[in-house]
Amino acid sequence: MADVIKKATRDGYGAGLLKLGEKYDDFVVLDADLAEATKTIVFKKKFPERFYDCGIAEQNMVSIAAGIAATGKKVFCSSFAMFAAGRAFEQVRNAVSYPHLNVVIAATHAGISVGEDGATHQCCEDIALMRTLPGMTIINPADAVESEKALEAAYNHDGPVYMRFGRLAVPIIFDEDYKFEIGKGVELKEGNDVTIIATGLMVNEALVAYDILKEQGISARVINMATIKPLDTEIVLKAAKETGAIVSAEEHSVIGGMGSAISEYLSENYPVPVLKLGVNDRFGQSGPANELLDLYGMRGKDIAELAIKAIAKK
Amino acid sequence: MDALTKKELQKIANNVRIGIIEGVHSAKAGHPGGSLSCTDILTYLYFKEMNIDPKDPKKADRDRLVLSKGHAAPALYSVLANRGYFDVEELKTLRKTDSRLQGHPDMKHIPGVDMSSGSLGQGISAAVGMALSAKHFGDDFRVFTILGDGECEEGQVWEAAMFAANKGLNNLVAFVDFNNLQIDGSCDEVNSPTPIDKKFEAFNWNVTVIDGHDFDAIEGALALARESDKPFCIVAKTVKGKGVSYMENKCGWHGKAPNDEEYEIAIADLNKIAESLK
Repeated sequence: MADVIKKATRDGYGAGLLKLGEKYDDFVVLDADLAEATKTIVFKKKFPERFYDCGIAEQNMVSIAAGIAATGKKVFCSSFAMFAAGRAFEQVRNAVSYPHLNVVIAATHAGISVGEDGATHQCCEDIALMRTLPGMTIINPADAVESEKALEAAYNHDGPVYMRFGRLAVPIIFDEDYKFEIGKGVELKEGNDVTIIATGLMVNEALVAYDILKEQGISARVINMATIKPLDTEIVLKAAKETGAIVSAEEHSVIGGMGSAISEYLSENYPVPVLKLGVNDRFGQSGPANELLDLYGMRGKDIAELAIKAIAKK
Repeated sequence: MDALTKKELQKIANNVRIGIIEGVHSAKAGHPGGSLSCTDILTYLYFKEMNIDPKDPKKADRDRLVLSKGHAAPALYSVLANRGYFDVEELKTLRKTDSRLQGHPDMKHIPGVDMSSGSLGQGISAAVGMALSAKHFGDDFRVFTILGDGECEEGQVWEAAMFAANKGLNNLVAFVDFNNLQIDGSCDEVNSPTPIDKKFEAFNWNVTVIDGHDFDAIEGALALARESDKPFCIVAKTVKGKGVSYMENKCGWHGKAPNDEEYEIAIADLNKIAESLK
């Protein structure tokens, strides 16, 4: 494992912003006193005149972003997921989503892998909140490479986008040739016995699960679902038909997240067992991120166990 | 302002008030009180102050207005209709299922509406965003917003005020429609936002206090705003329900439509004002 390169998706966000800044000059970046942590600082250092710090006032920041977008300009705004999606939820709903404005809400520090800061800062509800908003696109990249690619897609997208990034350094999965498309899941491993659909940092864990299952003679399909809304129902339906059982894996509450989206779709269109791995209706807590991921059962081995259960339910 | 211009504005404002009553009566719902109180401000802005073109509602260099107190939508719609953005007859479709005249302003469908609003405290932030955009991208349009006095109880108003001053947004003008009444009673009883002028001053804005029904005063305040080196706040003392005898200064007419009988009285009141302006 020595040659595995690890990088947080928030670093991919910072790098992506920098590239976009060099390419386009029709956007600004907003932050709420967290530039160092969200990595907008990378952009700020290169383009200080195109960066606006809104201070510790996330609701104002989101509404300001909406105002900028209403003048026909593009805008990225960043804070932690807890504050961007949680605290400013109503602003995202009424000022951004309802008028369908081109605002990219780039939220970092999602999930329990925030680590030591604990429950108040570990947002496991943001996907659920954002999913309920009509016209909202939700992207949860798996690694820093996908983060960069997805950011440019979000920039070019017509309508609001919620992007979800993590704090913890995770293995790079994709190479620089990777092509990202909003709304398209990507099959990373072929398989016929069960399908693991993962998003964010759980994609790497799904690949670990693939190897564990392979050793046991189980052929698991692995899909990276970076776009949670709109959900790639085509790839989900195909997986349900061809493998007959699904395991979803996300660093988010099992209530209202990607697993729920998959279950909702399949229950109406092609019911098969869908077992959801995520944060089981509980708050996070303080601790080193990797210890918390162990404690909360968010590892490849946990996915593999669930996959075996899913197969048994077929 | 010459007497003729003033009288002309008063006539227009009276027509705008008739449009408000027509809309709210037809809808059997809506907010007449706070619409009638900010009518003169909106009339002056759309007929005298703002660089706009009703034939080209989205022209890029237009001045913008965000009705932060979005529940005064009947007033905004009536001003827009009277200004020629759409037919005055359409005002009667207010709040109907198949109408584009939503209960609160909807920028996606209503010509002339620059920002969707209605959830209090948020409109001023959007206006700040527009003003920031103009400064950043070198556009010379100006941005106006109208806040309610009760709305100033929302914390976000002060987040926006702080930011606007910090970024030197002197292309932004915020009116506060200070009629001193909110849903649950007088602002002082409920949770006093006063002194509003002193608060904006403390947030590093330039501020003036005027009679919000006096077109000379509105004109004078806006002249000061144009020369301001800071964002500019105009605290406009107004009468809730202005122009309709039984609605004036009555808290109960915040969010209630007149019945048929009350409608007739309201129209008679406004017709009487129209007569006096002939």
